[in-house]
Amino acid sequence: MKPKRRANLEPYLLLLPSLVYLAVFFAWPMVQAFGLAFRADDGRWTLEFFRRMVGDAAFWPAMRTTLLLVVAIIPLQFILALAMALLVTAGLRGSGALIYFYALPIAVSDLAAGIVWFSIFTERGYLNTVLQGLGLLDRPFIFLQYGATWSLIAIILAEVWRATSIVFVILVAGLQGIPKEYFEAAEVFGAGWFARLRRVTLPMLRPSIQVALILRTILAFQVFAVVVALTGDGVKVLASEAYQWYNQWRNLNVAASYAALILAISLLSTGIYLRALRTRAEAMAG
Amino acid sequence: MTTRPAPPLSRRIGRGLVYLAAILIGLYIVIPIYLVAVMAFSPRAVVYAYPKPLLPTQVTLETMLFFLNSYGILDSVKNSVLVAVFTLAISLAIGAPAGYALARYIFPGGDIYRILILSTRAFPVVILSIPLITTYISWGLDDTTLGVALLHTAMALPTTILVTSSIFVGVSKDLEEAAMTMGCTRAGAFRRVALPLALPGLAASAIFTFVLSWNEVFGAAILTVQNQTLPARLIVQLNQSPIPFRFAGGFFILVPALVFMLFVRRYLFSLWGVKLR
Repeated sequence: MKPKRRANLEPYLLLLPSLVYLAVFFAWPMVQAFGLAFRADDGRWTLEFFRRMVGDAAFWPAMRTTLLLVVAIIPLQFILALAMALLVTAGLRGSGALIYFYALPIAVSDLAAGIVWFSIFTERGYLNTVLQGLGLLDRPFIFLQYGATWSLIAIILAEVWRATSIVFVILVAGLQGIPKEYFEAAEVFGAGWFARLRRVTLPMLRPSIQVALILRTILAFQVFAVVVALTGDGVKVLASEAYQWYNQWRNLNVAASYAALILAISLLSTGIYLRALRTRAEAMAG
Repeated sequence: MTTRPAPPLSRRIGRGLVYLAAILIGLYIVIPIYLVAVMAFSPRAVVYAYPKPLLPTQVTLETMLFFLNSYGILDSVKNSVLVAVFTLAISLAIGAPAGYALARYIFPGGDIYRILILSTRAFPVVILSIPLITTYISWGLDDTTLGVALLHTAMALPTTILVTSSIFVGVSKDLEEAAMTMGCTRAGAFRRVALPLALPGLAASAIFTFVLSWNEVFGAAILTVQNQTLPARLIVQLNQSPIPFRFAGGFFILVPALVFMLFVRRYLFSLWGVKLR
């Protein structure tokens, strides 16, 4: 197959619509978010809206909860997804069916996941049914109390349940890309299962892990519908505050401040990941 | 057949534990779906009951029909389908040509474009939808299904481009060239040869886009007031709604996600496996 002539305009014409679209509906809104957050109606730059956001009583609880959820959910997801990926590539009988079941929640929405786990954690729900049936409780326990730790645990379980499958799929794709010879060579040199995992699998998986980490972390900062479906407004997160400021109080500027803040945190964490994972790669090369 | 000597006991126990772990994780994933399905197809009296039955006692559509006949639900389902179909049409119309270009041409800037597209893949719905309100108001697109579809297209486009690109890479270029030597034009060769071969993959990508749009909550809830999609309507009224309404609604929005898995199994890794080429 010969590559096409270089001075061909065709590919650029084919790409043009998508570039224009993403400029209008992707890049421009991000710029606009900062404009709405930091400019007054008369066009002056101002910190007024940002101050209102930070000064609001719900801001720091929302910030703390969001960060806490990210810190709790992401590591759990990666450990579970890695275990799942290793299980389906371990040559078990029926691993085709396992892949199917493990990937099942991949297209489940955060709202549906919230409702599904609500059926388990609600006062007259399945968890209380089972615990009382086993004689561990005398009467139903209220898990989803306003601001209770159990609400957070329910959110974590639902999010891990819903969004681990995407990490799983990315890791399995990565695992399938590692040449078999590497494992065989390691085995010849006497490396046990754990040594192979640490010295071959994980280093070779780094690009997949990096992609999955960035993707999941950015999405985790926007956690919303799971929280609302499980707790109403019992637990506050950044995205639900953004929603409140617009839908309840019709304040687009403060809502945009939240959007800008989430964007800034997302970019920051992406930068940290890129740097941290690169540094380790360099350290290993050196 | 020769019989192999049985592996040592410790090895067999280890193997058993591995299977046990695999099954336990599988149950963690399947059981919650099962439980909400039991609720959605139980009569309302059972849904309110406590303790809850772990097995379906009486299968009925009563609860599902109660949900679907609640005020405004059917309209919002219609809006959801409309938004998803618009999203599908726009993102394929814009994304498929770009994917085709990436697959078939080598040109300066191709790699930069690819990285650009890849980096927009972590959909920042919260960040996009709030600023879009002002744009939509000035364009008269606020509270319209088309407006929501345009946001969903921005979210779906990167995946559509990358997936269609990998599909066209898989469709041999030689066949297209053969068609052209037999007198087809460039466009004719695409339409008669490449497109039919790419169709199953394109269908998988289309289902992906449909489900993405069907699932999206935040943007739809921000951008609409009257013309809500189903998730937008649910998130607004969920916490004031009776329990049967919630469970039936939860199961109803879950169904496309489950059907989806049946259709796109083969494409799972090209849709999410971030493999490029």
